[in-house]
Amino acid sequence: MIRYLYGDQLAKYPRLARTMFEDRADQFKTRLEWEVTVDAQGQERDAYDDLNPLYAIWETAAGAHGGSMRFLPTTGRTMVNEHFLDLTGGVAFQSPLIWECTRFCLSRHSEPGMAAALMLAGGEIMQGFGVKHFVGVFDARMVRIYNRIGAAPEVLGTKGEGRQSISVGLWEFSEAAQKRVSRVAGIPLQVSRGWFAASFGDVVPQQGVNAA
Amino acid sequence: MGFLEKVPQLDDVIARLECAEHLEELQTIIEWLRDHYAVDDMVYHWVSSNGTQYGCGTYDPKWVARYLEKGYLRIDPVVIGCYQRFHPVDWKRLDWSGKAARAFMKDAMAHGVGHQGYSIPIRGPNGQFALFTMSHSCDDDQWNSFTELNRRDLILLAHYFNQTALMLEPGRKPEPTQPLSPREVETMTLLAVGYSRAQVAETLAISEHTLRVYIESARFKLGAMNTTHAVARAMARGQIVV
Repeated sequence: MIRYLYGDQLAKYPRLARTMFEDRADQFKTRLEWEVTVDAQGQERDAYDDLNPLYAIWETAAGAHGGSMRFLPTTGRTMVNEHFLDLTGGVAFQSPLIWECTRFCLSRHSEPGMAAALMLAGGEIMQGFGVKHFVGVFDARMVRIYNRIGAAPEVLGTKGEGRQSISVGLWEFSEAAQKRVSRVAGIPLQVSRGWFAASFGDVVPQQGVNAA
Repeated sequence: MGFLEKVPQLDDVIARLECAEHLEELQTIIEWLRDHYAVDDMVYHWVSSNGTQYGCGTYDPKWVARYLEKGYLRIDPVVIGCYQRFHPVDWKRLDWSGKAARAFMKDAMAHGVGHQGYSIPIRGPNGQFALFTMSHSCDDDQWNSFTELNRRDLILLAHYFNQTALMLEPGRKPEPTQPLSPREVETMTLLAVGYSRAQVAETLAISEHTLRVYIESARFKLGAMNTTHAVARAMARGQIVV
């Protein structure tokens, strides 16, 4: 299932949080050889994790991390504005309706459909919160996966070679793409909506309650 | 809604917001906004990391006094549920299950606060936190339609409102708005001379999708509600020359 957690809520899910930061170390340091910082516990964190971002996390049946991504509004500090302006045509995106999406990560043991499930979560965030655009920083080789899922980003630019190539791209919401991604993920839209609702407070049906 | 001509236009409200020189003027502006959106109440509530509060809005002053006197800041589910967040929150999604929260809600409603609410959290510099809230009495369907229709404008307004409040508060500064980048200046210039979006995209050799994000970003940096408004403001500020 997908869980949506802000940084300050991770402490309630210690196993999920630990395995997320471990899987990030495994993906970004070990496999992609990016210049990221891994601490003594084998966890990868950066300065943006300190800004209390929102994470969308795939939690496996065993309660471990399967995949995740991280969101921050571009009204505050963002990785793309601080490190990747050379890939955006020099445009520092800034709006409460544009969120940054970074550290898209899949565990080595990720199950089929998990990447699609995370993209589905991105769509829920856009729909649920009125966000119009995501600007993402991702491993350039992810583009193939995004295309296969049916959620292709508009790639603005790419730098670096091979495993270290990094791209910046844009997503916006479309009903059609959301349906496509839902099929690829094998997760009905209602189920995805349900996970979102569970994380952000379920709306209790008000029938008969509205005496006023 | 038979008096539309009396309802202030959003562009005017924004202009007024930009010219405001005293915190008291925010009160007039928020009353305008309340009338514009035809909701029962609209409230701006700023809480600093050191616990100081500032607010303006249309709640009954008796309720505001009671809120302060009772120290409701510590039990208000809206404040608790929005603190450290950056997504807009419908009050129905908050946790009202605790005894203190239920008593608080009862007291609020007794003071005329509507049972529907939508709050937009804003993260400012140095741990500044503010909430921009609409509250109303209507059924869930009506409220959902209202928030669905207006939420993006309200999110922008909330941020513009907070920027003004920060500017007027002694010793505070809003997070500096990033300047328009050369690409954004080109975009706004071409729109100003009457190019269609398709023509602008073609001229800049970018997709219309990318163009939409440029425009979205420029709109916020210019403190505008829509593209036309953004172009006008860019010209008025001398950021583009046509």
